[in-house]
Amino acid sequence: MIQLESIVWHAGTFRLENIQLTIPTGSYGVLMGRTGTGKTTLLEIVCGLRQPLSGRVSIGGRDVTHEPPATRGVGYVPQDGALFPTMTIREQLGFALRIRRLPAREIVERVEQLATELGLTALLDRLPHGLSGGERQRVALGRALAARPKVLLLDEPLSAIDEELREELAALLRRVQRDHGLTALHITHSRAEADLLADVIFRLADSRITEVYRG
Amino acid sequence: MTTRAVRVTPFWGGLTLATGAYLLFLLALLGSAATYTTPGHLWAALGSREIRYSIGLSLVSCTASALLALFLAVPVGYLLSRGRFPGKSWLDAALDIPIVLPPMVVGLCLLTFFQTPLGKAIEGVMHFTYAVAGVVLAQFVIGAAFAVRTMRSVFDHLSSRPEDVAMTLGCSRGQAVWLVTLPAANRGMFAAFSIAWARSLGEFGPILVFAGITRMKTEVLPTSIFIELSAGNLEAAIAVSLLMVALALVVLVAVRIFGERM
Repeated sequence: MIQLESIVWHAGTFRLENIQLTIPTGSYGVLMGRTGTGKTTLLEIVCGLRQPLSGRVSIGGRDVTHEPPATRGVGYVPQDGALFPTMTIREQLGFALRIRRLPAREIVERVEQLATELGLTALLDRLPHGLSGGERQRVALGRALAARPKVLLLDEPLSAIDEELREELAALLRRVQRDHGLTALHITHSRAEADLLADVIFRLADSRITEVYRG
Repeated sequence: MTTRAVRVTPFWGGLTLATGAYLLFLLALLGSAATYTTPGHLWAALGSREIRYSIGLSLVSCTASALLALFLAVPVGYLLSRGRFPGKSWLDAALDIPIVLPPMVVGLCLLTFFQTPLGKAIEGVMHFTYAVAGVVLAQFVIGAAFAVRTMRSVFDHLSSRPEDVAMTLGCSRGQAVWLVTLPAANRGMFAAFSIAWARSLGEFGPILVFAGITRMKTEVLPTSIFIELSAGNLEAAIAVSLLMVALALVVLVAVRIFGERM
């Protein structure tokens, strides 16, 4: 479960006040809103990359408000993938496992498993430069899933993808979320994308979140 | 294949003329120095014991000061680029002091600093005034300011997103910078090192005031030119100047070639 309780965030004249949000365990939550309403800020608050002025962030029932991003157990897929420019795809997929000092054999097995699942086997020894938008997002997804997080946070993952590949990647996201038993929070401004993926849809407008759909 | 006809308008023609005239002037300057004397005389001047010492000290001291400048520039450049704290713009301006101060004043400030109790205490451990270490320090003061500027610009142009992702994957901020940001900044670090090295090579004023111009001790290439000119030995001064031009060109080409590859 992802839960935000009474979150307050100020930056200059931009404000988020008393934000409440709950995504039940194993559900795919989509947060919609126009550009500049604070969707990415909220996602970064869940990640731990921004600290709210007040309020509480809980993941899986555990209060993580004051924990660093490293210990929150989240997988984060930013808008453009934000791949590590000097690492091969193999190194990117194994990154979280190397940080955790897992045995080399376990890392190799996990990387190969993820590469097969996400269709990245042919790309493993390439650098990210020159990958298509869809390939970049699949690598970013695999990198986020490597350490088996309970929660997946996606910041407009389909916005930089060609129209014809968007549905294919959306289906992959849904399958991965179900197969891995993840609780997902996906940000978008596309209603069509939300309808395709969501168990529960929220809308952020005028610094307030309203639930607009629950399947 | 189609080719686009280039129409020369008075506007572009004027710009091309100004650029061409400036380039010709630069080449004429270098050409006049290169053709002033014969290669044999130049080779003989470069073979003297004093000039060979000066070449060696210049190469070693510039490399040492540029490495020190890079070690300082990476953390300071990162702080200026990514840090958010009160007084940041003042710190930013203060770090430009060595760039805006007249070179002689930098040397004088170094000289007076080592007359203070703190300076004397440092001299008790390692001697700087009128010593080789003083040459490196004088070069470092100027080179570091340029290296910091370069590294700040490098970090400004690198997205912080990959670093953020690395932190969600289990890294501390320090690990994320070390494993993700610095490898991506290698081209910029090479540029910062090269700029500091090239600035150090041409440093004269602060070295003259702070380290002195003692032959076979604190003599670097710019001081060799000054000494040879003072003694009326124009051919040796030109020989050293041409060597410095060659070194500067090597740095320029290296920055272009390796900078593109990295």
